[in-house]
Order: sequence, then structure tokens, then C-alpha cells
Amino acid sequence: MAVVLILVLVAFASVLFHLLSPWWWTPIASNWHYIDNTIIITFWITGFVFTAVVLFVAYCVFRFRHKPGNRAHYEPENRKLEFWLATVTTIGVVAMLAPGLFVWNQFVTVPSDATEVEVVGQQWLWSYRLPGANGKLGTSETRDVSTENPLGLNKNDAAGLDDIIISGGELHVPVGKPVKMLLRSIDVLHDFYVPEFRAKMDMVPGMVTYFWFTPTRTGTFEVLCAELCGVGHPQMRGTVVVDTEADYQNWLQQQQTFTQMMAGEVQTTN
Amino acid sequence: MVNIPSSIDDTVPAAEVEDVELYHPHSWWTTYVFSQDAKVIAIQYSLTAISIGLVALVLSWLMRLQLGFPGYFTFIDADRYYQFITMHGMIMVIYLLTALFLGGFGNYLIPLMLGARDMVFPYANMLSYWLYLLAVLVLAAGFFVPGGPTGAGWTLYPPQAILSGTPGGQSGGIILMLVSLILFIIGFTMGGLNYVVTVLQGRARGMTLMRMPLTIWGIFTATVMALLAFPALFVASVMMLFDLVLGTSFFMPAIVEMGTQLQHGGGSPILFQHLFWFFGHPEVYIVALPAFGIVSDLISTHARKNIFGYRMMVWAIVIIGALSFIVWAHHMYVSGMNPNFGFFFATTTLIIAVPTAIKVYNWVLTLWRGDIHLTIPMLFALGFIVTFVNGGLTGLFLGNVVVDVPLSDTMFVVAHFHMVMGVAPIMVIFGAIYHWYPKITGRMLDEIMGRIHFWVTFLGAYLIFFPMHYLGLLGAPRRYYELGESAVNPPSAHDLNVFITLMALTVGAAQMLFLFNLVWSLRHGKEAGGNPWRATTLEWQTPTTPPPHGNWGKELPVVYRWAYDYSVPGAPQDFIPQNQPNPDRLSMENAS
Repeated sequence: MAVVLILVLVAFASVLFHLLSPWWWTPIASNWHYIDNTIIITFWITGFVFTAVVLFVAYCVFRFRHKPGNRAHYEPENRKLEFWLATVTTIGVVAMLAPGLFVWNQFVTVPSDATEVEVVGQQWLWSYRLPGANGKLGTSETRDVSTENPLGLNKNDAAGLDDIIISGGELHVPVGKPVKMLLRSIDVLHDFYVPEFRAKMDMVPGMVTYFWFTPTRTGTFEVLCAELCGVGHPQMRGTVVVDTEADYQNWLQQQQTFTQMMAGEVQTTN
Repeated sequence: MVNIPSSIDDTVPAAEVEDVELYHPHSWWTTYVFSQDAKVIAIQYSLTAISIGLVALVLSWLMRLQLGFPGYFTFIDADRYYQFITMHGMIMVIYLLTALFLGGFGNYLIPLMLGARDMVFPYANMLSYWLYLLAVLVLAAGFFVPGGPTGAGWTLYPPQAILSGTPGGQSGGIILMLVSLILFIIGFTMGGLNYVVTVLQGRARGMTLMRMPLTIWGIFTATVMALLAFPALFVASVMMLFDLVLGTSFFMPAIVEMGTQLQHGGGSPILFQHLFWFFGHPEVYIVALPAFGIVSDLISTHARKNIFGYRMMVWAIVIIGALSFIVWAHHMYVSGMNPNFGFFFATTTLIIAVPTAIKVYNWVLTLWRGDIHLTIPMLFALGFIVTFVNGGLTGLFLGNVVVDVPLSDTMFVVAHFHMVMGVAPIMVIFGAIYHWYPKITGRMLDEIMGRIHFWVTFLGAYLIFFPMHYLGLLGAPRRYYELGESAVNPPSAHDLNVFITLMALTVGAAQMLFLFNLVWSLRHGKEAGGNPWRATTLEWQTPTTPPPHGNWGKELPVVYRWAYDYSVPGAPQDFIPQNQPNPDRLSMENAS
């Protein structure tokens, strides 16, 4: 009997915990509420299945536990029932997978008007690069990284000379405009992760990865590294500020270009 | 062969292989130490796995102490914390779970359940254990070298695994880890080939494939998978060793390490991840399938009812085994691989949920209209169902590519895989030990200690890992030595961490009681007799208990029926052993 009660308790307490838990996602600050919705659908379907299975087990233990003289029913298989259960399961799986793939398609399709922003990870610091007046990022190479040129920009690429370099400071992005984050690392794996944006992606040395999002509200958000990058991993934090357009332009004016940086007009302006 | 094996069908094909003379040991050393008897090797494997598993348990306490009380225990610094999580993960997955299920239960049960005298290659089987022991010793040596063991995380992702920003990255730690893995795989291959050939060639007369207990189907399929999956890890380990020692660049692109340009160039860190997970995902099922098989037999025996849908259960095991080779990149949705892979791997991953769900249905339908004895093995089987269903369902979040994006690399993942491939298989291991200990030793484990052990372990583990999902949902990243000030670490999350730590210490303490029970019952346990659970499978029908060298005395058993003739209508008892012919056949044989 204790077994039955505890199993029922496990089922109900889990549901109650879910409903009453103070530990819930941070208020969203990007367009990826689709992801939150898919999680909600998945919680409903899986929560129903979990409760049903555990309560069924509890009922079986209650109803069919051994008493002297009892004998089990002999039934090797029941094809109809097995077919029916497999079909219902398949429908449940499709109900979760279909919205999932639909949203994934949006996730991997970057809007053509997205502004590019480069994030460069290194142990244990975030740096950023924005396109300059020409709207284009210049090429870069890990081999070209040096103390004077910490992000490894190609000095012979004219497109990169007006790029705006933010070495170890805050990143600002304007609210309501899609941003394509180009992710690069010069040493080990990192992962650019802002919980409020829901999106994240690893940064891999030797290649450029990306994700996109549209910030939907202004505010200051913490950047965490989500891929183990050595002993300083938990200290690798940064800040992203989502600004109104005017504040953003204001901030942008104060940033240095690659040319200015190489000329030694280094000034920290955060 | 595909007939539904029942009491009516008692055909007995001719033996496939002649009975063979075994190697007979001449001394204490060859009987108990350099033994070629699979039962002794099984015990050696199990004791070694449990011993190194205890190290992993202690490491988990230390990690939880840091997470529950950050900064309070000064000897747990960041370096050590990362070394602890790395060693804990690797020990639990490979050196405990894989070794115990295949080397331990596989060795003990395959010959006995199939009616064989021993494994077909006893000498290679012995070597397999000694290489495993060597691998464990090399792994443990990491704790004693300068710089300590590697702290790269159990996935050992390069480049950080072999760079100086990671503990043990440029010293002996990572080398010992890679060498140990290579040794383990060589040793496992010797044992694994043995298990496969024994299942295919060493079965007793009448033991058709579709009469094998599901335990054997699970171990057999898992072994085939391991033989195909471990080579990927072998190759990855060798290449990483070359990158570190010889300066090659398999996984190393151009890198600036702490301001210094390294000589490497042109390699791909993602290549390692593909190799690792090509091994790593099947590995999940290498642990899960033996657990699926064993728990099926525990439920059937202790509910006195045939396993429901045996043929479907066999096919589900085989299909899960096959599918598990084309889902690996669901561990890499945010790795930076081509995002279009996500469509394919999310689909295969969710398809695998269907055969897995069928297995769950068949377990619970076996309970339906059963005669459920709430023995300790049955309690653990129920605990398995609850934790496996819970952990399996959260897999549907992480497998569904876009849902994985916010949750990956958070505590949600940690909670998920601990529930599904930590707690659930370990529930089965405990159930199996309570179930087969009487056969191995001749005595029962103590019932009261067993019940305390079950309830503390089951409820405690559930209370550790169920709430942990919500820390991940909140956004707390995994592999953080300390979270400190953050929107994803409110004071309430800190309180939850304290609670989880206290639960972890409690569950750990309950394992000490279990170990005490194992030792105490050796002398003081109730005499078990040959078949205390009144089970049908062959290992319970040996002439003496514990079974002697060669298992069966003079005559090998002959198998007349499937493994699940429980509560057959009209039968005098509620079980009919596999080696018992039908009464009419007996009278026919007597008459002739």
C-alpha cells in the first residue's frame, strides 16, 4: 500500500512542482517566443504521458499485488493493443516534432536585412566587431592575431579598415532590428549565450558560426559562456545592451575603428 | 523460429555445437585470480567496477558540496572541481556502467542463461578483465601525477582538452585518460567478441534465438553496438594523443593560446565531436539495452507473468540499437555544425521514441493482471520505470532541435542524462544484484536493509534530479564552478542547490548500507536454495548453487520452451522452467 501511495505522490507532486515552481525561464527579450511555445507544448504532452504511466503503474500495484491464491493472467501478446499504442505514440511524437522543425527552419533562415555583428571569444574574454560606414566586415585570420591586432583583422582588406572594434567591452544592439551574430574563437570552444535571447551557438576556432535574433525590448543582459573553455569558464561574462535607435547611434559614435586602433588612438569608451 | 514460444511448442532442434572440454584450473591462482571461468571473471569485473564507482560517488559529493556551498570548502578549487566532474563522468559512463553491465552481468549471465558451460574463448575473456583492470589503474593514476587528472569534461573536447587553460591539459592527466580509454577498448573488444560468439554459437539445444531471455537480447545487442561504436572513440583518442604528443593537427586549427601563436593549423575541433558522439550516443544505449533486458526479466519473474509482447520487445531492442547509430549529432545542435543537419537528426531522434515507448508500454502491461510480488528486485524495477519514463520524456525536449537551443549546456541536460542513463540503469543494476546475489553466493541479501536502500535511493535520486531540470529551464549553465551574481542564479536557486546537495549526500550514505549488506549477507543472509524466486530461466536450474565450474555437471540442459512460462493455465505451479518438457512429451519418451 505504501508503494501505491508513494507512486501516486510522485506523479502528483511532480505536476504540482511544475505548476508552483519559482524556477522558470527569464523574461524573454527576443523574437524566439516560438521556442518557448514549443517547450510549453512539449511540457503538456510529456507531462500527460508521465502522469498517466506512473498512475497506471500505481493502479496495477494496487489492484494486482500478490495475495494468496492469486494467479496472473496468461497473455503473451495482443497485436491490436500494441498497434494502437504505437500509433498514438507516433501521433504524439509528430505533434512535438512538427512545430519543432517549423521553428528550426525559422531559426536557420537569416532575414536578408539582418545586421552583422561579430563576436570573438578567447580565454576568457568577449570582444566584438561591427561593420563600419561601408556596412561590411573585413576578412580576418587567427594567424594575424597579435597584441596590436587582437582580433586578427586583415590589414590589407580595405573593407575592414572602418570596422568598429570593441575589445573586452559592452556590446550594444538596437531594439527591433534583426541581428546576425557571427561567432569566432581564436583559441578553444566557447558559446555565446544570453538566456533572455533563448538562442545560443558554439564558437569554434577555425570557422565562423552564426545565429540570428531580433531584440524585442531594451535592457542590459548578461552574456555567459555555455561551452566549457577551461578553468576560467564561469568567469567569462560579458554584457549586451539593447538600446533604442537613438541611444544606439550615440554609443556607436564613441567607438573606435580598426584604423584608429592601429594608429594607437586607443581609448576605452564604455 | 518466430513462433510464439509457448508451452505448446516444445520442439528441440539439434545442438549446433558439441559439448567441449573446458580448461580446468590446477591451482588457487588459476581458479580465483587468473581465472578463465566467466563467473569468476564476472565477479572480478563487478568488484573492480564497483570500487572505481565508489571513487566516482565520492567525487560527486565533492562537486555537490561546491555547488551547494560555493567557496566554503577551500580545498575544492576551480581546477579540482573540473577534474572531479571529468573523472566522475568518465568513470560512471565507461568504467562503471559499461563494464558492470557487459563485463559483469554479461559474463555471469550469458553462459548460464543460455545453457553453456562457459564463454567460447575463455582465455581472451580472462585477458579482457586484466586489460580492464589495467585501464582502471591508469585512469586512477591521474590523481597521483603532477598537475592531476584532466579537467576537460568527460567529453574531452579539443582544443581545450590539450591546452594549458585546462587542468591536466598539458601534463600527464590527459595522456593517462586517453591511454586508459585505448586500453579499455582493447580489453572490451576481447570480451565483446566473446559475448557475441557465445550467444550465436554456444546456446544449449533448444535455445533458439526467440527463446532467449530478454536479458540476453539486451546484452547481446548492446555488445554488437559497442563493438561498432567504440572504434570511433579509439580513433579519436589516438588522434588526440598524436595532436598532443607529436604535434599533429587532426583536431587543431590555427590557435592563439594566451597570446602565443601555436604551431597547429588546419584541423577541425568539430571532427572530434562527430567521432566522440558517433561512439557517445550508441554508448547511451549500450548502457540502456542491458538494463531494458534485465528489467523485463525482473518484472516478468516478480509479477509471475509472461513479459507482454515478447517479439515486439526483441524487435524494439534491435531497432533501437540500429537507430542509435544515426542520431549522434543531436548532441551537437549548437556545436556550429551545418544547421541543416538539425532537421535530419531531430527526426531520427524523435523516431527512436516510438520503439522506446513500446518497451515502456509492454513493461507496464506485464504488470497489468499480474500477481505482483513487491520483492526488492520488483521495487527497483518500479523505480526504474518511473525514472526512465521521466528521463526519457525530457529527452524529447533535448532531441527536438529548436527546443534544445535554450536548454543545451544548461543544468536541464545534466538532470536529463542523470535521470535516464544514471539513475534508471542503476536502479536496474541494484534490482539485478538483489535478484541474482542468491545464485552467485547461495544466500539472500537482507530484506530490511534492502528496503531502506531502495526507498532512500529512489526517492532521494528523484529529489536530486527532478528539481534540477528547473535550474536549467531558468538558464543556469552546466559546468560552472560557481555561478555567482546572475539573473539565472537568484537566491531561490541557491536554496535549491543546497537541498540537492543534502539529498546527494543522503543517497550516497544509503549506498554504504548497500555495500554493508553485500558483505554481511555473505555469511548471515538467509540460505537461498537453488531457485528462490521460482524463476523459469536456466541459470536457476543449475544442479548446485553457486554453479560449479562448467555450470551443468555431466549433462547440458535441453530447452523446451521460451523464458516466460509464468502462470500458464492448467500448469500445477505458476512457473515452468525452460528445461522442463511438456508432460505428454515426457510420457512419450518414457513409453518408447
